Amino acid sequence: MLDYVWLVPLFPIIGAIINGIFGTKLSKKTVGVVACGVIGLSFLVSVLVFFSLLQLPPESRSFEKIIYTWIAAGDLKTTVGFLVDPLSMIMMLTVSGVSFLIHIYSVGYMHDDEGFKRYFTYLNLFVFSMLVLVCANNFLMMFVGWEGVGLCSYLLIGFWYQRKEPADAGKKAFVVNRIGDYGFLLAMMLIFVTFGTLNFKEVFNIAHYNFQVGSMVITAITLLLFVGATGKSAQIPLYTWLPDAMEGPTPVSALIHAATMVTAGVYMVVRCNVLFTLAPISLTVVAIIGVVTAVFTASIALAANDIKRVLAYSTISQLGYMFLACGVGAFSAGIFHLMTHAFFKALLFLGAGSVMHAMAGELDMRKMGALKSHMPRTYWTFLIATLAIAGIFPFAGFFSKDEILWNAFQKNTVLWVLGAGAALMTAFYMFRAVFMTFHGESRVDEEVAKHLHESPSVMTSPLVVLAILSAIGGFVGIPIIKGANVFHDFLAPVTGEHLAGSAKVTLTNLAYASSTAVSSGEAVHHPVGLEVLMMAISLAIALGGLGLAYYMYIKNPSLPKRLAEKFKLLYHLICNKYFVDEIYDFLFVNPIKRGSEILWTFFDVRVVDGMVNGSGRFVEFGSSVLKRIQTGYVQNYALSILVGIGAIIAYFLFM
Amino acid sequence: MDLVIPKIDVVSLGPELILSIAAIFVLLVSVFLPKGRKDPAAYLSLLGIFFAFVSSIFLWGNPRYSFNNMILVDNFALFFNSIFLIAAGLSILMSVNYLEEQEMSHGEFYALILFATVGMMFMAAGSNLITIFLGLETMSISIYVLAGFFRRSNKSNESALKYLLLGAFSSAFLLYGIAMMYGATGTTDLKGISEYLSKAAYLKDPMLLAGMGLLLVGFGFKIASVPFHMWTPDVYEGAPTSITAFMSVGVKAAAFAAFVRVFLYSLWNLQPDWNHVLWILAVLTMTLGNVVAISQNNIKRMLAYSSIAHAGYIMIGMVASSELGTSGILFYMLAYAFMNLGAFGVIILYGRKGEENLDINDYSGMGFKYPGLALLMTVFMFSLAGIPPTAGFVGKFYIFSAAIKSGYIWLAIIGVMNSLVSVYYYLRITVMMYMKEPVKEFAGLKWSPSMAIALIIAVIGTLLIGIFPSPYLDLARQSVQLFM
Amino acid sequence: MIPLSYYLILSAVLFTVGVIGVLVRRNAIVIFMSIELMLNAVNLSFVAISKHLDSLDGQIFVLFVMTVAAAEVAVGLAIIINLFRNKETVNVDEINIMKW
Repeated sequence: MLDYVWLVPLFPIIGAIINGIFGTKLSKKTVGVVACGVIGLSFLVSVLVFFSLLQLPPESRSFEKIIYTWIAAGDLKTTVGFLVDPLSMIMMLTVSGVSFLIHIYSVGYMHDDEGFKRYFTYLNLFVFSMLVLVCANNFLMMFVGWEGVGLCSYLLIGFWYQRKEPADAGKKAFVVNRIGDYGFLLAMMLIFVTFGTLNFKEVFNIAHYNFQVGSMVITAITLLLFVGATGKSAQIPLYTWLPDAMEGPTPVSALIHAATMVTAGVYMVVRCNVLFTLAPISLTVVAIIGVVTAVFTASIALAANDIKRVLAYSTISQLGYMFLACGVGAFSAGIFHLMTHAFFKALLFLGAGSVMHAMAGELDMRKMGALKSHMPRTYWTFLIATLAIAGIFPFAGFFSKDEILWNAFQKNTVLWVLGAGAALMTAFYMFRAVFMTFHGESRVDEEVAKHLHESPSVMTSPLVVLAILSAIGGFVGIPIIKGANVFHDFLAPVTGEHLAGSAKVTLTNLAYASSTAVSSGEAVHHPVGLEVLMMAISLAIALGGLGLAYYMYIKNPSLPKRLAEKFKLLYHLICNKYFVDEIYDFLFVNPIKRGSEILWTFFDVRVVDGMVNGSGRFVEFGSSVLKRIQTGYVQNYALSILVGIGAIIAYFLFM
Repeated sequence: MDLVIPKIDVVSLGPELILSIAAIFVLLVSVFLPKGRKDPAAYLSLLGIFFAFVSSIFLWGNPRYSFNNMILVDNFALFFNSIFLIAAGLSILMSVNYLEEQEMSHGEFYALILFATVGMMFMAAGSNLITIFLGLETMSISIYVLAGFFRRSNKSNESALKYLLLGAFSSAFLLYGIAMMYGATGTTDLKGISEYLSKAAYLKDPMLLAGMGLLLVGFGFKIASVPFHMWTPDVYEGAPTSITAFMSVGVKAAAFAAFVRVFLYSLWNLQPDWNHVLWILAVLTMTLGNVVAISQNNIKRMLAYSSIAHAGYIMIGMVASSELGTSGILFYMLAYAFMNLGAFGVIILYGRKGEENLDINDYSGMGFKYPGLALLMTVFMFSLAGIPPTAGFVGKFYIFSAAIKSGYIWLAIIGVMNSLVSVYYYLRITVMMYMKEPVKEFAGLKWSPSMAIALIIAVIGTLLIGIFPSPYLDLARQSVQLFM
Repeated sequence: MIPLSYYLILSAVLFTVGVIGVLVRRNAIVIFMSIELMLNAVNLSFVAISKHLDSLDGQIFVLFVMTVAAAEVAVGLAIIINLFRNKETVNVDEINIMKW
């Protein structure tokens, strides 16, 4: 079955071609069936390939299927080929699986849209590019997929081009991603110069045997690669396009801007883990950028009222986590979080889409509330996803996030503190979103309220499936118990990390971990005990965030009113208590809110946007100046020729 | 001074002779065709092109000098022949309906295209500066006429006049360069010059260096390199669109053929001297072309700047001065032929008399009205921008990796940066087509069979070369192995 | 015997006169004539060098150049006449619809 891996990306492109060329002649139903069918087939093949891969012994689970030689320039041979190993396998399964669910959801969501056929053409094309990206066996093929997903993302953000914002957002995404792509391209050139090949296996082999840790070239390559990753995965300073990308249809946000495409940067870093391990400086940069992004964007999410924007900033923040994991060398933890994040974030977006569907396109959470009874299935699935992202045991996010925090803790306490802070904020803003949307009093417009309804089952069934995955997906990576971290063991041949069973991990890290424990003033525990303690702490942090959100968004708004009706005398007292809360608000919540607003308006809009738009404007300005040289007078042209001649001859004669 | 009557090897001139005969025949036949119905002349020309192509194939792999070493028919020349024939063939296919709509259907048009193609072939096959000069002039004079072919249009007239004056001006410099070369080395034979230079003790002869500079200018003008590029936007904008297409591919390819042969073969010993200059010119050319293209609103003018930028990319292949670089140039020219002709084909089809649709805004909303045409345009734009998996991407990849191999990493980096900038204006067209509301009513498209064939060939070429480039890369490599 | 350099200098001077003519005159026909002067200046060089080197190549080249120049004149004048019919001017400063 491994030989048929090329079928995985082939099916989606067939779908894109059918819908793209014959779409106008097909009925909506056929288009939907074709689009979902091809992705389903692709998923099916991935599963079959996965089982064939499992039958191989772990050491030899790496299979290259070369289709043909694409470009042969001198001794550089670039093939169209696919690499099947645990890493690409996980990505293939995640991408095709989540895409399949989102395709089904889209059939319901986009049903009344004029651009139905166009939408599915783009979406299939996207899945094709994404699968090429993750299956590629060399950098060039990966780049092909990389450009392809960028293009589809651009097309889909601007899908509703009739309005101004989506078109602008598309343009912004495009410009920002160009900067990242440039980094990737330069890295590729440098790899080609250094290694003389672009094939993953060859590059990593040469790097592993011929280069020292800390080599300058490798550091440069990895930093450039990481520039590419920051563009695609929306990290500081190239993250600004992602919140704007929410102008696209919601399933697109779910698929491209949460579950799959934006994780391409993480995938790339993990794929190149051999190189990154050789460059400690780059790893440090990755870790710092990751954790700063995680904290920074989580704080922005605290103040956002647009439900999709909350999720967008949360996505950036979670991507920051994944980079943090990579930066501390816990590559498999990064991929683990990538996978669980794909489940719960896709679910969150689809849930938000379902809410929007019911609310006639309303996104402002201040105009929602008490939707729980109207849309139970959406509510319960959304809640599960929130529990997962907040890191509540035993939902998927708990395991992956904990693994990252644990690894960060072993490396550096500061990283852990920042990561934990971000986790607190995550739990807080996610539950805030849940409470504002589904609980409390209804603040829905009366017009809209009449039409509140649960979404059709074609939309809710994918929610249920994703909810199940978000709930139990974490159990493939249970820490501490030896051999239970199946995920880690499966990835170990790629990431070069220790064949897990945390006993082994803890053994090798024993000295380090215990010294950290001592320095942080803890009693000298058995490291397993420490790990359990850390798990408890992260759970406590998550619950703390939940509690805070509950206190502020459920208790407070309803409490005063109820009490005021029953006990008018006690009203002032309660008012006083409320007043305390106001102080608390004033002292704690408002500064954060205001701070994050300032950060948003100043840093985000002025500095980062200014830089991006500024460079564009600079080129446009230069263009409008330079074109004036072209005066239209033939003698000026002749003069230009003469000047050129003079310069060239002078150069030849006097140099 | 003995005059020896050279051996006349007619077979080696097969493609040129076939085309010349076809051109004369077209001139004769078109006299007897009814006014305004000259398409048989076009089909006759296509027949000539077909046979010229066949005869080029027969000559493949058997390099020979003929006409007393005046021409060298090797794979290099034949590879370029095929590019010229593709350019001429597609341009003719695109012209048939275009000319009828413009009420300018004349047999001379096709004959002139064929004569220009003959000139190009002589440039590619010339092994003597005389042959190259004659080829260049044969080509140029035909194109002067073609540029002004719409004789009632002011733009077309202006285009022809500007091209004529500047073309003749630059030819004079080229000629002066040849004279200095002749004076310095005592011969105009490419092989002779190369032999002289490899034996010469002193390479700093001012006459030699000045001659080389002037040759550089002459070729630089035809390939539209900065600062000799100024004519390009005006001439491209004003000329009939099918001629713009033909010029942008054919003339550029022919000039590069001669440029490469003279500089990488004859003047190889002076490579350290000219290489720096070419490096600078390449950077200036691609940067100026790309930057100015951004602020263009006329699509033909935009593609003119884009063609300047592409000349810059191709010059990177020359700077690389390696077999890889040279075969990269050949490959890139082939890819460029398909994608650029295709793009101009779409422009011709979309614009009609009275409503030329040449402003970029005219393309808004076109994607919904004519999905097929818009899809084709998207493929061509992607290819020009160098987005995989199109021909343009492989071409750029090949040229840039040649530059890296030869150690010109900065040049490659600048090239990559430029192609990123270029994506902006190419995609602007795509964005217009798919993401903007139409600004005006569309009148129906007039698909003609010949135009459809031309566009299909162009799009198949663009994608085929992009997805399965190996056979063409091999051909390009074979074409330079024998030559270097 | 007049040395080669004299011819070459004369040729260079003529060529320069031609170049200046192209740059400063405004009448398209005069510009065109200046270009012809440039070509003929080169022809002078060719003949002189050919004589100096005792090789025929240069003189044959001159014949070709003259032929080419004649063809160019035929086409060039036709273009200029056609332009005059449309715009009633041959002043190159007035011929700039296309710019920027």
